[in-house]
Amino acid sequence: MLEKTWVFRLLGPKGWSGLALFACLALVAVPFFNLAFPEGHALYLSTHWVTLIGKIMCYAIVALAMDLVWGYTGILSLGHGVFFALGGYAMGMYLMRAIDPAGLPPFMVFLDWQSLPWFWQGTQHFLYAIFLVVFVPGLLAFLFGFFAFRSRIKGVYFSIITQAMTLAAMLLFFRNETGFGGNNGFTGFQSILGHSITAPETRVVLFALTALTLIFFLLLGRYIVTSRLGRVLMAIRDAESRVMFSGYDPLPYKLFIWTLSAVICAIAGALFVPQVGIINPGEMSPANSIEIAIWVAVGGRGTLVGPLIGAGVINGVKSWFTVSFPEYWLYVLGFIFILVTLFLPRGIAGLAGRFAKEQKA
Amino acid sequence: MNALDAIRQDSDTDNISGDATGIGHVIEPGVLDTTHGPILYLEDITVSFDGFKALNALTLTIDRGELHCIIGPNGAGKTTMMDVITGKTRPDSGTAFFGQTIDLTRLNEPQIAQAGIGRKFQKPTVFEELTVYENLALAMKTDKSIWASLFFRLNGEQRARIDEILALIRLADEARRQAGMLAHGQKQWLEIGMLLMQEPQLLLLDEPAAGMTDEETARSGELFLSLAGRYTLIVVEHDMEFIRQISRRVTVLHEGSVLASGTLDQVQADERVIEVYLGR
Repeated sequence: MLEKTWVFRLLGPKGWSGLALFACLALVAVPFFNLAFPEGHALYLSTHWVTLIGKIMCYAIVALAMDLVWGYTGILSLGHGVFFALGGYAMGMYLMRAIDPAGLPPFMVFLDWQSLPWFWQGTQHFLYAIFLVVFVPGLLAFLFGFFAFRSRIKGVYFSIITQAMTLAAMLLFFRNETGFGGNNGFTGFQSILGHSITAPETRVVLFALTALTLIFFLLLGRYIVTSRLGRVLMAIRDAESRVMFSGYDPLPYKLFIWTLSAVICAIAGALFVPQVGIINPGEMSPANSIEIAIWVAVGGRGTLVGPLIGAGVINGVKSWFTVSFPEYWLYVLGFIFILVTLFLPRGIAGLAGRFAKEQKA
Repeated sequence: MNALDAIRQDSDTDNISGDATGIGHVIEPGVLDTTHGPILYLEDITVSFDGFKALNALTLTIDRGELHCIIGPNGAGKTTMMDVITGKTRPDSGTAFFGQTIDLTRLNEPQIAQAGIGRKFQKPTVFEELTVYENLALAMKTDKSIWASLFFRLNGEQRARIDEILALIRLADEARRQAGMLAHGQKQWLEIGMLLMQEPQLLLLDEPAAGMTDEETARSGELFLSLAGRYTLIVVEHDMEFIRQISRRVTVLHEGSVLASGTLDQVQADERVIEVYLGR
């Protein structure tokens, strides 16, 4: 009985059913229809779709991370793209080394470099690269957060500084001398852990891993926001001074959720790069980070599931628009954002909640 | 164990730990020491903002268990005084002690709250998106570190304590409602309930009756009177009727220092007070 209540604190019966359905689709149905049927068969799910949905799931993980800091704690980051990109770059370093483990990555050969820079040492080991995926963005977020939160920088000032951070990182990574392939970034990956990166089986495994990661972080997020820690975060969002005068020091709370959010973004970036096959400084552009905030606003702040839907809907529409009417996409995005701000302050999730209430009444 | 017992025990072993503050005192870190009577000592506190002295050599002592009202015209320094006591503002000079041993000028807001000073703001400040029950549960005195929060579960004793406070502030029927949906007066009461959940020694109440109906004001007065003795209360108010109902001792602040002190009748008869209030 006790276990039962604990389980249902995380998600209601409907939530668990939805999650189980998603797990079946992602872990069984997608691999089955992609691998069991030959190309051209009526039931064949093309690898293009597997990659596209995998990519959108990575964005959904980012939206989830953003919701933890913005939706729950009220800290609007306009620089989350930098953590996503750093995670992607760390994974990309391994993938670049895997092209030719004995020699230099192709872009260094092209630049006529003679030896590996020090920070590339050890990146041929997959586990070390995974460590970097978590450690580098995590450390950056921790240090940035520590100084910003300790100085009690809040609201729009904090948002502007995060925007400046991602812009500065982008300019740094654009330079060839920085050692990350300049504006071309990393591409031309061939293998991951000895498996061809373009093989359908590899794609399906990466897809399934992304789905599992998404499920894991959704449950972790639910655990956090339903704990007292989560309520302290919401309290910080609503009345930080009252939190302090109630005897809580907001600094460790903010720092924890901020750093965790950055690490979740970085892991999403690391899953994104082998599926999409490229990482370049464009991922750090301020516009990208702003788009993350739009996914969350459209899906519904402070709901965890909403931002997943928001990321899915916006990126689904985007991938269709950018093929059919590429020049109109930004207008459409702006229009959606204005509509949501004016008429759906709680996003799609808020709309669904209102609809469910009306049906009950 | 009080300080005297500590001395006796330590003298047996000839091993006195902690610094002596005078004859018969041993500092016990974090423990409130009010053996001399007063719970709060403010001495020569000066705070200036860009040359304007919000507090000017303010000296004030509050005895344990008293209900002390502070009045004064706008800009007299009442809120700044509360900011100094709760760690929001650091004084430029002067000392602020909680009991004999806790130096308030060295602690930050959460540390002061944990030491036992609760503060109610002028504008009721509650966690609007959380329920009334969750508001009280959050404020409860317990380990407030981040790891404790991640694994925290209310036990039966703590639930009983919340129910007790809910009854006291007359919000038992609203326990599951969002705090943001409450009426203004109810929010004031919820905030007072949150203070009591912290089990403070000293309560600072900034205009606690503002925006309340006459009936609510009268009930608040009863509540504060029942709390005095067990707790020490400092109430900043403008409503003279309310002060007449609750006060025993009144201090008048003017231009950042104490102008007069005594019963309400005494200070109202004071020439200087009349001058300040009526501007003669």
